[in-house]
Amino acid sequence: MSFPWANEYKPNHPFMQWMDEKLPIPRLVYNAVGAGYPVPRNLNYFWNFGFLALICLTIQIVTGIVMAMHYAANTAVAFDTIEQTVRDVNWGWAMRYAHANGASAFFVVIYIHIFRGLYYGSYKAPREMVWLLGVVIFLLMMATAFMGYVLPWGQMSFWGAKVITGLFGAIPFVGEPLQQWLLGGFAPDNAALNRFFSLHYLLPFVIVGVVVLHIWALHIPGSSNPTGVEVKSESDTVPFYPYFIAKDGWAVGAFALLFSIAVFYFPNALGHPDNYIPANPMSTPAHIVPEWYFWPFYAILRAFTQDFFIIPAKLMGVLAMFGAILVWFFLPWLDRSPVRSSNYRPAYKKFFWFGLIPTMAVLFYCGGAPAEEPYVMLSQLAALYYFAHFLIVLPVVSAIEKPLPLPYSITESVLGHDEGSHLRPAHGATEAVHPETAPGHTA
Amino acid sequence: MAETEGVRRRDFINIAAVSAAGVAGVGIVIPLISQMSASADVLAASSTEIDISAIQPGQAIKAIFRKQPVFVRNLTPKEIEEANAVDASSLRDPQTLAERTKEGKENWLITMGVCTHLGCVPLGAGEGEVKGEFGGYFCPCHGSSYDTAARIRKGPAPSNLEVPEYEFSSDTVVKIG
Repeated sequence: MSFPWANEYKPNHPFMQWMDEKLPIPRLVYNAVGAGYPVPRNLNYFWNFGFLALICLTIQIVTGIVMAMHYAANTAVAFDTIEQTVRDVNWGWAMRYAHANGASAFFVVIYIHIFRGLYYGSYKAPREMVWLLGVVIFLLMMATAFMGYVLPWGQMSFWGAKVITGLFGAIPFVGEPLQQWLLGGFAPDNAALNRFFSLHYLLPFVIVGVVVLHIWALHIPGSSNPTGVEVKSESDTVPFYPYFIAKDGWAVGAFALLFSIAVFYFPNALGHPDNYIPANPMSTPAHIVPEWYFWPFYAILRAFTQDFFIIPAKLMGVLAMFGAILVWFFLPWLDRSPVRSSNYRPAYKKFFWFGLIPTMAVLFYCGGAPAEEPYVMLSQLAALYYFAHFLIVLPVVSAIEKPLPLPYSITESVLGHDEGSHLRPAHGATEAVHPETAPGHTA
Repeated sequence: MAETEGVRRRDFINIAAVSAAGVAGVGIVIPLISQMSASADVLAASSTEIDISAIQPGQAIKAIFRKQPVFVRNLTPKEIEEANAVDASSLRDPQTLAERTKEGKENWLITMGVCTHLGCVPLGAGEGEVKGEFGGYFCPCHGSSYDTAARIRKGPAPSNLEVPEYEFSSDTVVKIG
């Protein structure tokens, strides 16, 4: 599952040789994230965000395990144990704020990671499975983050849980029993808090498992790159170690700086003051909003205010919200263009920068705004374009667009010339994008 | 031994074993799913008795039923008149006040305090809370307005505030659930 010129693992120390025969984990590491994994030499900084996501997952698991040592999932004491952790436990404040802001950092990183995949066409063949597994990870992250936010049992925790589980109540016939089954009662209470804690502890390890599959699936064709042209020869790649470990290390340093500023100086900037009020089932906060990373999807949920034939507005909103993510599963097949990178797609590039990106900005803003005009109308327009972009613009543009000529190889795009380019067929642009001809595919 | 037609002994054992494993699998999954439903103690707390003797006309109280607020409201004659003045068939969720109250007790409007949109607690039951433009309840989350019969009149909520099952144990005590 690597290129033929990949460095081979050759242990020198007798112990490592013995280990290699019995349980070749060092070999696996060497081939996966070491000198044995050749990576395109032209990766830009957007390619650091996969590694950063792994760092975020690690931060969340480590701080989360610590939080669980001081937390009690009982409605009578849950709120107090969080405050106790922050005020009384040694370094508890650091753990708590690293965990809370770590969730936000994780989503910042993952949104940039997804943006990278969308812009550079990383979801296309032969990497469809990498993309599909990525969407699964994103869904698991959303579920984990939602349940984690419920655990402090503040006002936003409680009402967030009520509203989100209420979404399932919108499903016809089975909705109400399903909602009661999810909560273990008629409203969020001790049963719900306990199971959310249990699942909040479980799901990150499920995410770890899917991340392993994600990386495994990635390493079969090898990493994509900003030109979208597949690797052709050894001069197109450099070994992951030391080159990209070093670059990823730089990115981790920059990330750590920004993350520390958030944790140490603005730990509550992304939180809601209402969540420092203990949960009160008898009183709703004036303005319920989810955490910022759910805003685009919350905006789509609220954009549906009219019944659609026999489908009530509430159910339409729920379907649209889930549909907004489920549509990503079809992306590799909705985009018919053989060219991966938007850099070589002049028409699609315009729709991307002037269509999808402003749409996401509007949805982000409106999801956090109160449900009143003009935000409702803006959400409706943005939701309309959001679905049109994936379901209409993407297939149509990819069918009629004339892409720019692609470089013969990664080497040519970097150096301006490639010694192997005399092998270039008459139409280099079309040849370069057939994944079947890429050496990594068959190697 | 070497039968070639019909059901062989091995086929029978295979089907029987897989079937038994399947039944056992279902038997294991049922408790694993069922344990998540409301437990006996939660269900046991699913009815509640409320003393309504102190509620004057025009007043309302918030009680707790199934861990959720329930509004008990003593309507004034004017509020009853307002509710009856509306043509029920013109409403989003057509119901008359009489259908939403008990016979002879039309002034006692008992509804869940749970907005049918996304489950917020509407305002209007507490002293001094806004009642919205139809004089009943107003949900601050997304602006649903309910009238004096707690029927949805404006905003995103799909239906009227739910009327729970209840009965008058006596003239001053209501048993909900």
